[in-house]
Amino acid sequence: MSQVLRSDAHRRRAGRYLRPLRPVPAAARIALGLLFFALFIAGWSLATFGGFVKPIFLADPARMVAEGWVLLTEYGFLNDIGITIWRVFGGFVLATIIAVPLGIAMGAWKAVEAFFEPFVSFARYLPASAFIPLLILWAGIGETQKLLVIFIGAVFQIILMVAVTVGQTRKDLVEAAYTLGATDLGIVRRVLIPASAPQIAETLRLVLGWAWTYVIVAELIGSSSGIGHMIVDSQALLNTGQIIFGIIVIGLIGLISDFLFKAVNRRLFPWSGI
Amino acid sequence: MTVVVVDGVSKTFPGFRGASSTLALTPITTTVAENDFVTILGPSGCGKSTLLRIIAGLDEPSTGDVTVAGQPVHGPGSDRGMVFQAYTLFPWLTVAGNIAFGLREKGLAKQERDHIVAHYIDKVGLRGFESHWPKQLSGGMQQRVAIARALANDPKILLLDEPFGALDHQTRGLMQELLLQIWEDDRKTVLFVTHDIEEAIFLGSRCVVMSARPGRIKADVSIDLARPRDYHVKVAPDFLDLKMRLTEEIREEALSSV
Ligand SMILES: Nc1ncnc2c1ncn2[C@@H]1O[C@H](COP(=O)(O)OP(=O)(O)OP(=O)(O)O)[C@@H](O)[C@H]1O
Ligand SMILES: [Mg+2]
Repeated sequence: MSQVLRSDAHRRRAGRYLRPLRPVPAAARIALGLLFFALFIAGWSLATFGGFVKPIFLADPARMVAEGWVLLTEYGFLNDIGITIWRVFGGFVLATIIAVPLGIAMGAWKAVEAFFEPFVSFARYLPASAFIPLLILWAGIGETQKLLVIFIGAVFQIILMVAVTVGQTRKDLVEAAYTLGATDLGIVRRVLIPASAPQIAETLRLVLGWAWTYVIVAELIGSSSGIGHMIVDSQALLNTGQIIFGIIVIGLIGLISDFLFKAVNRRLFPWSGI
Repeated sequence: MTVVVVDGVSKTFPGFRGASSTLALTPITTTVAENDFVTILGPSGCGKSTLLRIIAGLDEPSTGDVTVAGQPVHGPGSDRGMVFQAYTLFPWLTVAGNIAFGLREKGLAKQERDHIVAHYIDKVGLRGFESHWPKQLSGGMQQRVAIARALANDPKILLLDEPFGALDHQTRGLMQELLLQIWEDDRKTVLFVTHDIEEAIFLGSRCVVMSARPGRIKADVSIDLARPRDYHVKVAPDFLDLKMRLTEEIREEALSSV
């Protein structure tokens, strides 16, 4: 009898993971997340240590760690990391300063939207990396060029996504504010902006992720520093350990910045479910 | 003294993509006296919300016009407070922040705002919930905040669009008493939309019955029950007579629209 009951409870607990949209306990969530990395490294080890892949194509995990250590201690890789982070944030902040106010204006006032929207939609599809040769001509291979690549890659995306978010503000909230005596500017300042703020922050988090891919491309071409530059150098030496280490560093920085962004958003917008 | 004049107001909603247009309201003419509590009763879809939105200035009438305190209505304003059928608290503001919204827009100093907010929080019985977010409140509490938010602005008239429509019967009864109490204290001019006959009688001094769509005024019944009222009045003979009479009126309409 108790045997039956126990197995029943067991089945119910297991069934919990099959139920759509149902949250799992925090411990299980972290365990599952780590499990993937463990499996990934296990598969990688099997392929490399097992001799299935030649070291010239893919370094094994131990080599990668050793090469990474050499990069950090002897080649000043920390410096490269710092420069890349600076470029991403510089370009991203520049884009944000221009794009967020413009996006809000487009979302709020349909005339502003009608004026900018066709151009921005067009510009959004221009690949930022295709501008690199042109930007090198205009701005040289210095920092300005790197920042501009990030800027071009991010600014149009942010503008459009912010404009859509602001334009989708609940109409009933706007109407409620009007019946409370809000002016047109009051509606923008005290309804449209606060209502959209969490979604705008979420947009920025997303675009920051894309900015990382642009910066590496920008550094692959015409650069003498940064993570992307290191990767190109290592390729010339067929040092796959270093390349993989560089890629993993990028991933880690992305993970950390994403985590911080989420934490800040939760702190700033406790009322929002995002 | 007359505060609200509704003069030949009708509303036709244009059809989309070749669909025929909807006549929601046939021309309506009526007036509302100062400090009166008027309930507007009608079957679903008869244009009650539409009429209220036109008075609030949120919709334009197709014909006719509305004046409030002698001023023609050309858009929404803080002289007409509104509580909506759906929940419309600002989710990014706390209960206190929501109630203070209109006061901030008026440019009142913080101290003055806090004072008024505290007063209305007490009135709607939400002390202790000042710093809660709307999503942490039940539906009934949210509508109480919405009422406090509208009242804090000290509007000339208060427009309520089925504010208790989504609440269970018991809670709704309590909210009705709360609203009456507030009204006894403040004596605002109130227009209260409902499709609940009992609610219309219990609250109002006068009940305007609307026909099924397209809405027109079918009957205008004065409700001479003594005030202050409490829930006992709901079983008084006078109350039941009125209920019978309004039930007949509404029943015809409901039948004709089925
Ligand atoms: N924005 C709109 N566009 C087109 N038709 C509309 C619009 N708003 C309302 N209507 C139509 O007008 C009629 C009256 O709508 P209204 O919302 O005023 O009804 P109501 O009396 O408030 O109903 P309920 O009690 O269900 O809230 C409905 O038949 C509806 O289809
Ligand atoms: Mg309605």
